[in-house]
Amino acid sequence: MGLIRDSDAAEIRQRLQEMVHPVKLVHFTQELNLEYGREARQLLEDLAGLSDQLSLEVYNFLLDKDKVAEYGVDKVPATVVRNAKDYGIRFYGLPAGYEFSTLLDAILSVSKGDSGLEAQSKQKLAALTQPLHLQVFVTPT
Amino acid sequence: MRLAHRFAIESDLIKADCIEATEFPDLASRYRVYAVPKTVINDSASVEGALPEEFFLDRVLKAVEPAANSQAQGQAGGP
Repeated sequence: MGLIRDSDAAEIRQRLQEMVHPVKLVHFTQELNLEYGREARQLLEDLAGLSDQLSLEVYNFLLDKDKVAEYGVDKVPATVVRNAKDYGIRFYGLPAGYEFSTLLDAILSVSKGDSGLEAQSKQKLAALTQPLHLQVFVTPT
Repeated sequence: MRLAHRFAIESDLIKADCIEATEFPDLASRYRVYAVPKTVINDSASVEGALPEEFFLDRVLKAVEPAANSQAQGQAGGP
């Protein structure tokens, strides 16, 4: 059974038609995961099935050490949203509820390769000289 | 959260993690997350709540480049 309702699937499929370039979801899970691990994977599998432009790769956090290192993932479930380029976008945990729409937003932005930010923001970010790590804590509701 | 991801797309220097707080209680506790959204910046500063793009970006940049930002505020006439 899928985690995405049919009525939602139609709407999501429509939103994903905005995609310009292919996007890859790289998911890290582990057996003996917490209760959310299996659900997260199922959700991503369902989602990837809704667009030809969207693909899913799944790795094991304990076994696929090269990939874990490559993506700098330090906890699971983890999901990377990337196109040909890895922008440093990660989701940790099950992207359900409100966060699911955040995931869709990330997929569309990455697919377009455009942040969609205001010109002024782009200018300020271009002047950045130091690495920035943003950790945004959210809850599903 | 959308903004953090958009910042990451715009700048190669920025990484943006979306962390489900209830699934990572230890981390949420370490960063004293009592309300969401809460954005932790380089393990040091933080921003609580959802802010409009301009304000959120300024708060984020202020955390890493305080000197440059206070100068900009000075030019704007201060508080």
